[in-house]
Amino acid sequence: MAVVARAGGDGGGSSSEVQWCFLQVKGAIDEDVAEADIISTVEFNYTGDLLATGDKGGRVVIFQREQETKSRPLSRGEYNVYSTFQSHEPEFDYLKSLEIEEKINKIRWLPQQNAAHFLLSTNDKTIKLWKISERDKRAEGYNLKDEDGRLREPFRVTELRVPTLKPMDLMVEASPRRTFANAHTYHINSISVNSDYATYLSADDLRINLWHLEVTNRSFNIVDIKPANMEELTEVITAAEFHPHHCNVFVYSSSKGTIRLCDMRSAALCDQHSKFFEEPEDPSSRSFFSEIISSISDVKFSHSGRYMMTRDYLSVKVWDINMENRPVETYQVHEYLRSKLCSLYENDCIFDKFECCWNGSDSTIMTGSYNNFFRTFERNMPRDTTLEASRESSKPRAILKPRKVCTTGKRKKDEITVDSLDFNKKILHTAWHPMENIIAVAATNNLYLFQEKVN
Amino acid sequence: MGEEEGLHQTPFLDTMFVRGLKRKCFDGEEDIEGTLAGIKAIPSYNLQRQSLLDMSLVKLQLCHMLVEPNLCRSVLIANTVRQIQEEMTQDGTWQMINTQSTGQASLDRLVSTDILCRSSRDQAEGKHVPAYGTFNKDFENDQAQDSSDTMSTASAVQAPRNLQSSVWEMENPQENKGNFQKSLDQIFETLENKSPNSVEDLFSEVDNSYYDLDTMLTGMMSNTKMGHCDSLETFSSSTNTASNSNCKSDLNDLDHIVEILVES
Repeated sequence: MAVVARAGGDGGGSSSEVQWCFLQVKGAIDEDVAEADIISTVEFNYTGDLLATGDKGGRVVIFQREQETKSRPLSRGEYNVYSTFQSHEPEFDYLKSLEIEEKINKIRWLPQQNAAHFLLSTNDKTIKLWKISERDKRAEGYNLKDEDGRLREPFRVTELRVPTLKPMDLMVEASPRRTFANAHTYHINSISVNSDYATYLSADDLRINLWHLEVTNRSFNIVDIKPANMEELTEVITAAEFHPHHCNVFVYSSSKGTIRLCDMRSAALCDQHSKFFEEPEDPSSRSFFSEIISSISDVKFSHSGRYMMTRDYLSVKVWDINMENRPVETYQVHEYLRSKLCSLYENDCIFDKFECCWNGSDSTIMTGSYNNFFRTFERNMPRDTTLEASRESSKPRAILKPRKVCTTGKRKKDEITVDSLDFNKKILHTAWHPMENIIAVAATNNLYLFQEKVN
Repeated sequence: MGEEEGLHQTPFLDTMFVRGLKRKCFDGEEDIEGTLAGIKAIPSYNLQRQSLLDMSLVKLQLCHMLVEPNLCRSVLIANTVRQIQEEMTQDGTWQMINTQSTGQASLDRLVSTDILCRSSRDQAEGKHVPAYGTFNKDFENDQAQDSSDTMSTASAVQAPRNLQSSVWEMENPQENKGNFQKSLDQIFETLENKSPNSVEDLFSEVDNSYYDLDTMLTGMMSNTKMGHCDSLETFSSSTNTASNSNCKSDLNDLDHIVEILVES
């Protein structure tokens, strides 16, 4: 790990900052972005060898990391396309006369149990289990059919032979194994695989359902916050996740900035929470937008299971699941936007749902911002960095230069003023390799991969 | 720095949007930079709050035609509207329309919004545009007026109703009778939960809700209550059977309310 002396800070102490270099970028370069190509979810699998992306056109693209060769042990593997398939198609709900978008909202991998890989992908209404398997052998010499597959006339078969396996070019096949449909009236925002590897949950705006991976015609409703009178609806579910180790525990976040932890052992319907996490509001900063910016857009357990992280519009908060009354850490992502909330409300940017992620050791968290900026926060230091995913810094092994947003009147060189930020370039989806310092950052229709600088 | 702190402590909306609001409403163009420059005076808090309320109502009205809109976004905007209305009620700036001190009043306002959303969602896309044009004109008049707060409040609330009434006028009554009745059923639901069976009870309880019903039924823009009796009679005759038979299915129709929120 490169040791960097921070300007004006402690020169060569124990602190060593991760320097990121460009690895790869995937996606079209041209300015006109097709709506269908916009990446809507990014997820590494459990080993980090596979990286899946979903887009608004309903497609899933899986990248595989190239194996390091013995001759170049220090070169890190690149990610190349492994499989591409159409997961969801647009549908039409005839009863409501409404289209169901094919946009992939979430992808979650299943832990690998045999040679094939499995993942769950979901759009607004339907979850699908996909099997991705390799085929590198082909059987030849069938008795009942020709080489081109046509059936042979039985009387033409004069002798019997045993088909032999011949090698062929590697083919990666994706096939839908299960379709979990018709269980959600509202839009699915989250799926989460349980640590028992047999069940998973799916959450929409008002309900959370529990599924068994083998059973598609039935799911159990475990949370229902739909009021009897919809006029009284003031709060919706925004995200949900299972605890990484305790298969009976899950959390869900709301549009009012609260998180509820539920234990499925206590009741079949987990409307009563076991723990309720809410930070008291600061009355001095109250405005008409307070509720909107407190709405949680993502919740993620740490790998250890001891902490969870929530992302609201302006900040990321780390909570100790044993302490409900306030988070243990709060990081401001782009506080300079607080005075611009009205404009951001007007252009709807205030409703953008940013995600967040942990690194493998839970020491650093990452989340996106505008202008293709993304931020990393090292929890122990604390130290934060702002980086940009741009084509300009996309030279192989180019070190990413930290960016800075100018909040005072005087703009220094290389700083960017708040007014010149591009709010159409938003980084909503990021992912961190489970074990190494490799990050995937989705910038509209491009996927950027960065890795830690190696000397 | 000090200015930013000041913005923190007082619930002032940030100033830049006021100038840009008109442009954005009409053009729909993004122009943050343009609005930032040249703002000299901070508009009054009441005017800013009013603009925010209007903007929120517009957001709720602009329904997607084909794809279900985001429920989370709709709920957050509706909560913002409710919050503004409650504050305006407490301030006493909402005096043009009779308001009860309970939350019923804000719910009724919300009803108007909901019905607006439903109606604009039901009509064809082609018809939607002229209606919005009407709304723009009224809005422009409001802004241009040298108006007191109460005036602008009233006209802002009128503006959605104007949209509503022009919507009703343009629609073919035959085609939309079903929707009409459904919307009215929802009005029943929100007005009184006591005895949905009795049409008379419903009407006896309301005062400002009368006003809502009135403008929606007859497309009247005036603030008078003159046409009440006429509209009542036509109203009760056409919907009597509907309301009685829909009593039980009202519970099922609650999902329509979801649709309203969803459509907004």
